[in-house]
Amino acid sequence: MKKTIALVFMMVCAAPVAALAAGPAKPLDRANIDMTDTASLQRGAEYFFQYCIGCHSIQFKRYNRMGNDLGLSDDQLRERFIHTRDQSGDQTGVGELIKIAMKPDDAEEWFGQPAPDLSLTARLRGTDWIYTTLRSFYLDDSRPMGVNNAIFEAMSMPHVLWELQGWQANVGEEGHIKLEKVAEGKLTTEEYNEVVRDITNFLAYVADPVKVERHELGKWVLLFLAFFTFVAYLLKKEYWRDVH
Amino acid sequence: MRALVDWIDARYPLTKTWNEHLAEYYAPKNFNFWYYFGSLAVLVLVIQFVSGIFLTMFYKPDAQLAFASVEYIMRDVEWGWFIRYMHTTGASAFFIVVYLHMFRALMYGSYKRPRELIWIIGVAIYLVLMAEAFAGYMLPWGQMSYWGAQVIVNLFATIPVVGGDLVTWIRGDFLISDATLNRFFALHVVALPLVLVMLVFVHIVALHAVGSNNPDGVEIKKFTGSNGHPADGIPFHPYYTVKDLFGFGVFLILFFAVVFFAPEAGGYFIEKANFQMADPMVTPELIHPVWYFGTFYTVLRAVPDPFLGVLLMFGAVLILFFLPWIDRNPIKSWRYRSTIHKFNIVFFGLTFVVLGYLGLKPVEPFYAELGLRLTAVYLLFFFVLWFHSQPRSSLFSWLSFLVLVGGYTYWDYLRLEAGVDQTLLVAMWFIPTVYLVICLLLPLYTQLNEEKPVPARVTS
Repeated sequence: MKKTIALVFMMVCAAPVAALAAGPAKPLDRANIDMTDTASLQRGAEYFFQYCIGCHSIQFKRYNRMGNDLGLSDDQLRERFIHTRDQSGDQTGVGELIKIAMKPDDAEEWFGQPAPDLSLTARLRGTDWIYTTLRSFYLDDSRPMGVNNAIFEAMSMPHVLWELQGWQANVGEEGHIKLEKVAEGKLTTEEYNEVVRDITNFLAYVADPVKVERHELGKWVLLFLAFFTFVAYLLKKEYWRDVH
Repeated sequence: MRALVDWIDARYPLTKTWNEHLAEYYAPKNFNFWYYFGSLAVLVLVIQFVSGIFLTMFYKPDAQLAFASVEYIMRDVEWGWFIRYMHTTGASAFFIVVYLHMFRALMYGSYKRPRELIWIIGVAIYLVLMAEAFAGYMLPWGQMSYWGAQVIVNLFATIPVVGGDLVTWIRGDFLISDATLNRFFALHVVALPLVLVMLVFVHIVALHAVGSNNPDGVEIKKFTGSNGHPADGIPFHPYYTVKDLFGFGVFLILFFAVVFFAPEAGGYFIEKANFQMADPMVTPELIHPVWYFGTFYTVLRAVPDPFLGVLLMFGAVLILFFLPWIDRNPIKSWRYRSTIHKFNIVFFGLTFVVLGYLGLKPVEPFYAELGLRLTAVYLLFFFVLWFHSQPRSSLFSWLSFLVLVGGYTYWDYLRLEAGVDQTLLVAMWFIPTVYLVICLLLPLYTQLNEEKPVPARVTS
């Protein structure tokens, strides 16, 4: 009997495990983010609203929810994060969703297509993908923006962080990609990796804002259920004494 | 309190119902692990109803608004994420529980006389559940919702003559659109749940009329004790209510472990592609249905001809209705059936799981060939089940074996001519063939097909 139970459990479990083994074709670097690190999330938000928000909205996110979660006051939000205005010309309110001013038509003309909304990118493509992609731009004259990307081929996005990272070139043989730094930026490679990690962390938070709270709460729920199950077991044992 | 109950009893059979279905419903005392899944299915049904009602309060069935309204639930609605994760996890949990519940019926012959109708109603519940899940999967209006629906709805287009018009009628448009979303919403939140609940009710009424089967497959009603009740039976309440309470506890630990720590379940319960809004202009790299449809999706793809594939796929589900008349062996429980029968059941379970896994993979030669061979095993299983209804002569055994193996080998020969990879084909040919050697020929030359005497009463 035990054998059959084990067998069925293995059958149920086998499929997901086998699927996890298959990864993407190009290896991604590990982002190693820590969503409980509020300082990192704050820095990530700063970078995001400095470099990314021009083109990329996070339209399912509200300013003040971000403020509450990251420990930023409404005044700080108005001063440093809200760059857009509403229809009457006033600064966008703190309770609004984080949208951008760039018109999709303009974006299409400038970049070929509007920049995607990044609310869920960390869950769609994964944090490792964001972390690696932002570090994989390289010079390529054949592209309209002069850069290509080792992870996302023919990406229409320019290398927005070039000032920080500097420039990389592809020195790999035909058909292979190997990146090498050809011009220094303001930051060292390690410092730049940290910046990208903060941005990745922030986007992971944006995609799944309740994650940390969920894990914290989950422990207590499971603890309670374990207790409940234990009591239920004792109750069952007591009732069944006269059956066995 | 007594007076109130008396007052109600004079007007409604409250105490009578309570007694018939709980306090004086005598269930066999030897239920094991596998008997938790019936009550767990009811628990999941309740979870889906309650969480679903709350989701309906915030969800917007509109192609422009649906995706954003789901994110609104996830972010701005108080506890919205919790409600939605319960619903998404519940959908998958429903199928896990139901599959184990059905496998239990296979093991212990719960579909056999006098429980044929319970089984048939059960298969009907399974069908409605699939329709319900399919309609619900479309509602978040993500990429996989959209393209999955596109593929599945288009299956009907393969029907000759009326196919095209039929698909347009189902969609309410010339492509999956707002009109489709609206009607699937109506089906998902009103029509199908209503049918589901009614069928579950009938399922339980039918069960309580004939009484539960048990791991020994013997009828407890044959032996009545001094009190006039089955000697091997115990009242469902309180014995099985407290036992199921413990089962609920274990299940909920697993359930909420997923809800709180891995709601996407590695991309199986919530698929990655669904974090992107439906875009009719962009086709995802790989379109596949959710995991619980994987098995039948592989069956569909196993045959090159689309209409034949569709027939085969529906056939693979509908054949379950006839199970009570396919397996005519008088012994119910596999405990007293032959080793070969046990192998047949376990191998069928394995085949079902591997087919499900293949349904989520791209069509590559290896996967396609394996899918084809296991589809054959899936269908042959029902023949083998019928074959073992009674002892067979060696002539009949050999004849069945040669006809079946000859049949698909001839087809393989035609496929070879069409240029299929020879090594792969020959290697995979052994899967159904070895399966048939074990199930049809081994009984002739070994003791593995011996059945054991069935005890008169339950054993534990």
